[in-house]
Amino acid sequence: MTEMLKVTVDRRPPLAVIYTEGYINNQGGEEIARVAYDLIDSDHKTLLLNLKGTKIVNSIGISILIEIIEKMLEIDGQLAFCNLTPTIEKTFHIMGLAQYAKIFADEEIALGDLTV
Amino acid sequence: MVDSTVMREVTLTLPMLPDMEIAASKTATALAEFMDMSSDKIDEVRMAVVEACINSFEHSKADDCKVEIHFVVLGNDDPERLQITIKDSGVGFAPETLVRPNIEEKLKAANKRGWGLTIIKGLMDEVDIQSGPNGTTVVMSKLR
Repeated sequence: MTEMLKVTVDRRPPLAVIYTEGYINNQGGEEIARVAYDLIDSDHKTLLLNLKGTKIVNSIGISILIEIIEKMLEIDGQLAFCNLTPTIEKTFHIMGLAQYAKIFADEEIALGDLTV
Repeated sequence: MVDSTVMREVTLTLPMLPDMEIAASKTATALAEFMDMSSDKIDEVRMAVVEACINSFEHSKADDCKVEIHFVVLGNDDPERLQITIKDSGVGFAPETLVRPNIEEKLKAANKRGWGLTIIKGLMDEVDIQSGPNGTTVVMSKLR
């Protein structure tokens, strides 16, 4: 029944791209947070979360993403998102997340902006 | 408004166990596809169902640890509206006392949760919540 989230990382210091595949629920959110905090500890101050492989999230998972945004703000870094489904993007706007995390259509556009 | 007839209906009774909300979301998807809803609207219904189930799982404290979900496709000649009722027999809450969460405050707060109803209301066309000491019933619908 459980759709476990797969998380992979492409490190391009000081930026890293985190790729997800599957459902971002509480366990999925915690796995993303674990990876993100490891990256922060290794001096990655910009994290791009590529959700191309994620078609569904829940509010518990998103709450954990808010914790990551809080952490990034504390270190003067940033968390950004790309490849969101229209519903996930709409949800982020409903919650106001887009005020604190940039949202890009795809990874190429995101990297063009974040690496300037 | 012309009365709609029930074109299709499904009832699920789910145990309050991790990821059971996915079973509900799959049923919602199947019915929304039957209605020929757009893929974006299907995703919105799916996410709202997930949130409604999670709210019930997490907050109802229902003794029977079950949630009943009733899906109805309404329409006349063609399907027009998907109505979903999520019902638990838990302790209930006072919907009118709930404050819409604010991202700025949540970023600083220890508890970053409490977004479920805000998301549901943002994604569905109509949402009605009835809650009392015998449980909570959320009725939400989406037009095709």
